Amino acid sequence: MPLASDTVREITALRVRYPQPRSAILPCLWAVQNELGYLSAEGMEEVAAILDLAPSEVQAVSTFYSMYFAQPAGDHQLLICVNVSCALRGADAIVDHVQSRLGCPSGGTTGDGKFTWESTIECLGACGGAPAMQVNHHFHENLTPDRVDGLLERLRAEPRPSHANGQSVGHVAEALTVKAPSSGPHPPSAETPPAPNAEGPPADTGVSDPAFPAPELPLGEHTEMPGSRSKRSYTKRGSRSAPRKRPRPNAGDL
Amino acid sequence: MGEHKLLTEHFGTEGLQTLAVYERVGGYQGLREALSRFTPETLIDEVKASGLRGRGGAGFPTGTKWGFLPKDVFPRYLCCNADESEPGCFKDRALIDENPHQLIEGLLIAAYALQVNTAFIYIRGEYHDQRLLLERCVEEARAAGHIGANVLGSGFSCDVIVHGGAGAYICGEETALIDSLEGYRGQPRLKPPFPALKGLYGKPTVVNNVETLSNLPHIVQRGGAWFKQLGTEKSAGTRLFCCSGHINRPGTYEIAMGTPIRELLEEECGGIWKDRSIKAFQPGGGSMQVLLPEHLDLPLDMDAVAQAGSSLGAGAMVFMDETTCMVNVSMRLVDFYHHESCGKCAPCREGTYFESDLMHRLEAGHLTLEELHTLADICDNMNGKCFCPLGDTATWFVMSAFKAFRDEFEAHCGAGACPVRTASAQLVTA
Repeated sequence: MPLASDTVREITALRVRYPQPRSAILPCLWAVQNELGYLSAEGMEEVAAILDLAPSEVQAVSTFYSMYFAQPAGDHQLLICVNVSCALRGADAIVDHVQSRLGCPSGGTTGDGKFTWESTIECLGACGGAPAMQVNHHFHENLTPDRVDGLLERLRAEPRPSHANGQSVGHVAEALTVKAPSSGPHPPSAETPPAPNAEGPPADTGVSDPAFPAPELPLGEHTEMPGSRSKRSYTKRGSRSAPRKRPRPNAGDL
Repeated sequence: MGEHKLLTEHFGTEGLQTLAVYERVGGYQGLREALSRFTPETLIDEVKASGLRGRGGAGFPTGTKWGFLPKDVFPRYLCCNADESEPGCFKDRALIDENPHQLIEGLLIAAYALQVNTAFIYIRGEYHDQRLLLERCVEEARAAGHIGANVLGSGFSCDVIVHGGAGAYICGEETALIDSLEGYRGQPRLKPPFPALKGLYGKPTVVNNVETLSNLPHIVQRGGAWFKQLGTEKSAGTRLFCCSGHINRPGTYEIAMGTPIRELLEEECGGIWKDRSIKAFQPGGGSMQVLLPEHLDLPLDMDAVAQAGSSLGAGAMVFMDETTCMVNVSMRLVDFYHHESCGKCAPCREGTYFESDLMHRLEAGHLTLEELHTLADICDNMNGKCFCPLGDTATWFVMSAFKAFRDEFEAHCGAGACPVRTASAQLVTA
């Protein structure tokens, strides 16, 4: 499905915004994700065509950055910080609470396609209001289980934020119901040793423990990322990016 | 000593994010003065005289960094590093949220000193609202003639582009930032050549932190000598400290360099919460080594903290009370670096993987004493052997915690559960 004409216009405008068109890749990918909710192969091909790059180059860039989705996500996206400052003030309790309320593990999407949530070890920069999370890129700080409940209730009644495409929610939900996270939550709940339950294997420990079925990870992968990094590698040697098709200009002396 | 407001002076003023209010409290006077009273050369000398050091973590003198640009090579580029992702650090977000025009003014002053016609603000993808705010402010400043051709009628031209990232801690490393800005995977480059010689698009480039740039309007208006007498001899000015963890009043506090850490903790942060005592703290964000209660009397001075075996880094203070399990904290930080390793060099890519694996098993109490030594061995094989500082810093906290709390690490071995949690039963307070 081709991109909407507004998105194409936005990408074309971004092309001339920078001294070199290639610099516009990240904002162009944001434009695609804002329209579709994720980065489709066709969308990336269109970006590549407008920026005069090989499609593989745009794809290779997209897989590096954790905020791009490779698959459709729920209407509302929750990102809960579990780094030190948040953990010291109870982030794990928030994570457990959200997990029990939404009924799917970190990195997953609810059956109705309403929510995609993830606990992230990446510090969100809200340590002064720990524990904190981002909902559709907006900060929510000083969380308590009660406040989370109120927030979830409110979000449940709200439609997908304005950058949603014309796709029906049902369509997205259908695409998502079978989606499992590419790997365990990170960490699942670091205060308690992870139990062998439906939440999937604990990060990084699945290899040695037969109690946890090994997730189907692409060869050579060991980085936990929802969506974007769960794609199969291009080469069996483990490189996640396609080989460069053209020499890289101005990369400095090697 | 103590609290001294410079960058945060007007925080909380209603509407400060608009140009009108910012100019009413004296905004853009620094830019006007820079353009009228200084030549680019004298402006660089003034910043050198101020003793301003980079606020992004490394603490390199800003004026000296600017002086490295080769003469007569154009175009040149300036990048503001707003890719703040250090665990525990949120000062750049506060500076952008509260006073975005101060940053834009500082950026333009630096652009004038460096004779840059295109300046970038690289802001992390998670700061979505902050990016929109900056974009709005840039448009406002452009409409008022502060940005674009012939800035304020001076003949100097500068465009500002706000560029959003998409979630990658490594892009805070300056060469990775440049790679990302060029439209590549954000992986660091080999240095030399340094960005000052070959940076963005192969041209001379300066990368400065948000807080560094926000200082410039004040240095121009009040003079480098005035700035230098704030703080200590080698750490001039004030600094924003992001305080978080087990304290009564978490937040960002601007205080003069040289103030004792205890004063920051007791007076600004309201002390450790729940009348508990302090077990340890981290003075510079997730990357830096752990310090102990006996270090609380150190002054907030880059060199003094460095002598104690840690670093002020990006000014993020994480305080931990007596119930904290240091193994758990170490595990989270190791997880963070594992997650953020860009994959370019083997010691970091593989090292963080094994580190994370071992720390998870240690935290769960399933590691043997022998494997604990493997952990130390892996860290030793990473520290100083990685392509960029990310891999080195991935070992600093865990190794310093291992040294300072060796008993606690060893008690986890074979315990089958976290002994600290068993003992205090409320490691994490909901």
